[in-house]
Amino acid sequence: MKIDRRSFLSFVIGGAAGTALSPLPWKLTDDLSIWSQNWPWTPVPQKGETTYVNSTCTLCPGGCGISVRLVEDRVVKIEGMAGHPVNDGGVCTLGVSAPQLLYGPTRVKTPLKKVNGSWRKISWDAALDEVAAKLNELRSSGQSHALACISDSDRGTVPELLNRFLSVYGSPNFIRTPSILDNYELALYLTQGVRATPGFDIQNSDFVLSFGSGLVEGWESPVYMFRGNSALKEKGGRLDQIESRLSKTAAKSDKWIAVRPGTEGALALGLGNVIIKESLFDQDFVANNTAGLAEYQKLVTDGFSPAVVSKMTGLDAADITALAREFAGARRPLAICGRGAGTSPGSLQDFLAVHILNALVGSINRDGGLVAVPEPEYISWPDVEMDATAAKGMQQARVDGAGRGKYRSTRYLLNRLPEIVNSSQDSPVQVLFVAGANPMYSMADTAAVAQAFDKIPLVVSFSSFMDETAASADLILPDHVFLEGYEDVPFARGLPQPVIGLAQPVVEPLYNTMHTGDAVIQLAQKMGGTVGDAFAWESYAACLEETLADKWDTLLENGYWVDDEFSIAAQPQEFETDSSKFEFSNSDVNALPVYHTVRAAGDDSFYPLLLVPYDTMRLTSGYIGSPPFLVKALEDTVLTGNDVLVEINPATAKKLGLSDRKYATLTTPKGKAKVKIYFFDGIMPGVIAIPRGLGHTAYDKFLAGKGVNYNTLTEPLEDAATGLDAAWGVRAKLSKA
Amino acid sequence: MSTEDKANEISAQAQEQASLTPSTDPEQPDPDQGAGGPITLFFILGLVASLVLGWVIFPQLLYSRKQQPIQFNHALHNELVDEGCESCHFFREDGTYSGVPKLAQCIDCHEEVQGESEEEAKFVNEYVLKEREVPWLVYSRQPDCVFFSHVAHVKLGQMECVTCHGHIGESESLKPYEANRISGYSRDIWGKNIAGIKFNSWDRMKMDDCSECHVSNNVNQGSVQTLRGGCFVCHK
Repeated sequence: MKIDRRSFLSFVIGGAAGTALSPLPWKLTDDLSIWSQNWPWTPVPQKGETTYVNSTCTLCPGGCGISVRLVEDRVVKIEGMAGHPVNDGGVCTLGVSAPQLLYGPTRVKTPLKKVNGSWRKISWDAALDEVAAKLNELRSSGQSHALACISDSDRGTVPELLNRFLSVYGSPNFIRTPSILDNYELALYLTQGVRATPGFDIQNSDFVLSFGSGLVEGWESPVYMFRGNSALKEKGGRLDQIESRLSKTAAKSDKWIAVRPGTEGALALGLGNVIIKESLFDQDFVANNTAGLAEYQKLVTDGFSPAVVSKMTGLDAADITALAREFAGARRPLAICGRGAGTSPGSLQDFLAVHILNALVGSINRDGGLVAVPEPEYISWPDVEMDATAAKGMQQARVDGAGRGKYRSTRYLLNRLPEIVNSSQDSPVQVLFVAGANPMYSMADTAAVAQAFDKIPLVVSFSSFMDETAASADLILPDHVFLEGYEDVPFARGLPQPVIGLAQPVVEPLYNTMHTGDAVIQLAQKMGGTVGDAFAWESYAACLEETLADKWDTLLENGYWVDDEFSIAAQPQEFETDSSKFEFSNSDVNALPVYHTVRAAGDDSFYPLLLVPYDTMRLTSGYIGSPPFLVKALEDTVLTGNDVLVEINPATAKKLGLSDRKYATLTTPKGKAKVKIYFFDGIMPGVIAIPRGLGHTAYDKFLAGKGVNYNTLTEPLEDAATGLDAAWGVRAKLSKA
Repeated sequence: MSTEDKANEISAQAQEQASLTPSTDPEQPDPDQGAGGPITLFFILGLVASLVLGWVIFPQLLYSRKQQPIQFNHALHNELVDEGCESCHFFREDGTYSGVPKLAQCIDCHEEVQGESEEEAKFVNEYVLKEREVPWLVYSRQPDCVFFSHVAHVKLGQMECVTCHGHIGESESLKPYEANRISGYSRDIWGKNIAGIKFNSWDRMKMDDCSECHVSNNVNQGSVQTLRGGCFVCHK
């Protein structure tokens, strides 16, 4: 029998017929379709029991209560806690992204030591021993004040533990990262004599006049401000936004008042001029509860008439007068200050000018106004026993120059540190702790910061993530992420009432990390002597429970504690100043009643444009880097591919010969960057803007290398009165790439 | 040589060959009479081979077989509990279904070895003492694109477990778990029968089986999203 072509074909036809009569093709089709609908590499949440744990978010100083949803032992979602005084069920984009920070690839998983430029894993014991040895060496050579610590807060048990460590060790150099809180604290201290944080009762106001504050862009406690903004709208209240750029807040406001950048404080004084000239102020409050009006009156009458302010701000004089009348005529007016999300302190005189507006209309310590919320007082630990070294070290002047001389009223001046280190032969800081902060990214003029950090022999980072500062540190003692341990959240920024939150462990620590509180306690105990004696706690958790005492059970159960006895209306109208009155003028600092225009750095003939940063809820610019959810949610008017877009008014762009969506080179006195042009009618001609929060070099592939870091392009501008960074922008030029 | 001449020559050669053929192979049937024999044979060969491949070999290749980590005796346990299946496969307070029991439940009775069963000893030693969850293989796990709520069927629909899961509650051992090598899901979804023929309601758990019941009971035939067509009832 010969197998020829015909027989082969008939075999194939037979095979085809048989295959069609068998389940093979139909079953394969079905299986392939199921396979392609359920790609095995697509992650699927695990099945299991759902539970919720009440906790507090610590990703920003907002203090939101959160309800963490778990399936078995896996965090799957962060929800806002219903009924919480800050956020009442709401949650922001960063909060919902927290699981990505917990499980993401950028975590530091174990203590690391840098050896010849590369990281080596090291045990906790060895790492702490190493720091203890170095600190003991420094201390025995009488250089205890050469230890400094940068922390994102100075309140709550962890910052207090760090501060206590520095004190008993003998260093006054505890430094808090800067923000508008510095200026608000100072404004409250100078005018009202209190050490307090400002609370803004936006929900009960009927006219909020915002001097550039990003009410829906992360200013103070973001979710509380969202709620405040909504309540304001629902009650028929009014929000006027004073800003040179149509921000999201400006777009949502009832009136957008575009002034030249940097002239917001002048406008506040102009409004004061009209209010005083036309006697629109709260007669009762001003007569009974204030002092020094004459000096303020002289300042605004002489220098800030509507005509003058019109020239400075670019507004119509008639509009300024009308705005002053409307503001003073409102039932519960409230003026707020601090640009964007408030990450940069700004100039004290602006804060005083705006704060004084509130005093003029009597909106201090009353519903719908600004409330001085007392600093929390639940931390009362036994006094430390200071040995001679510690006492001597504490007598030394602070390395950043805060608290003495012309900056005697300022508490912390981190922005001055890089220059001081760079201009000394030997760094005055020999050991630097960095906890909850990423100064290498978030401080202006990053090149100078990097140079200074390079000069410090031992930089110890307590970061949970491989951020810029951690990456350039000598040692990383990684902290838990907030979902892995207990920690108190001592207050919520901008909330007009005292609240304490508690972050609780939601999952067991995933890696070989240690709570910074524990790390400090163990480090002190390793050092022994009076330092060890000051930290007699068994663990941080024990310390926390003991500290919170009678509030602990409430905190465990609810996740927060509020002072029920606190009410805004019951706050005193008598102040703690020498005169017991609200002080309009203050000779203590070189701020109001003297006003200096803060100019942007750079020569305006070479740099014709003004570059200002803006904030968005879809980016973070502090210690926490934006998780992928946020970067993914960025509009293509902010970032396309890896290119940041610079907002420019089409009229300005045309003059410079720039085209929309085309590459350009952005140059400032501090640096250069490749950007893309974005024609935006909402920005003032001559002004350009880029977002804060991009241009990371560290973290993971989802964040690094995208866009430009504004801080690499700018430099700090020392405020004459406080020494804080008063810069609001920098001069720049744009040219075709 | 012209084209015509060449054609004639080829034709002549062909005739010559044809006349020679019978003499060289007398057994071969005359090709003019048709090639019925071998062609049919090859057709049948192909048919049979592919039928064997499709019906017998293919199912063998398609599924991998795995034994359960522990041979569990449902019948034995069922006699000891009061509330039938729900004694172990219970609903949580929030209405979600617990599925296969976790170690925590088993430990209530099996903290130590109780009987003489080797499987129980293995269970206690390998899992209870080591605090490891048993990696049970779930025969009835639907693909991830399917949303299924037990409470809607068992509590609201008053359905019996047997309707979908068969008489596993009366079984004394667990059959091998067969995983589809392509999709990764259990063979029980398609059903044991490779042709997809079913005799009992629990023999197969494909989409048509779900919809068959939904149609005959006239429940949930339109999803809230579309108001017509029931796709989104299960495919959320």
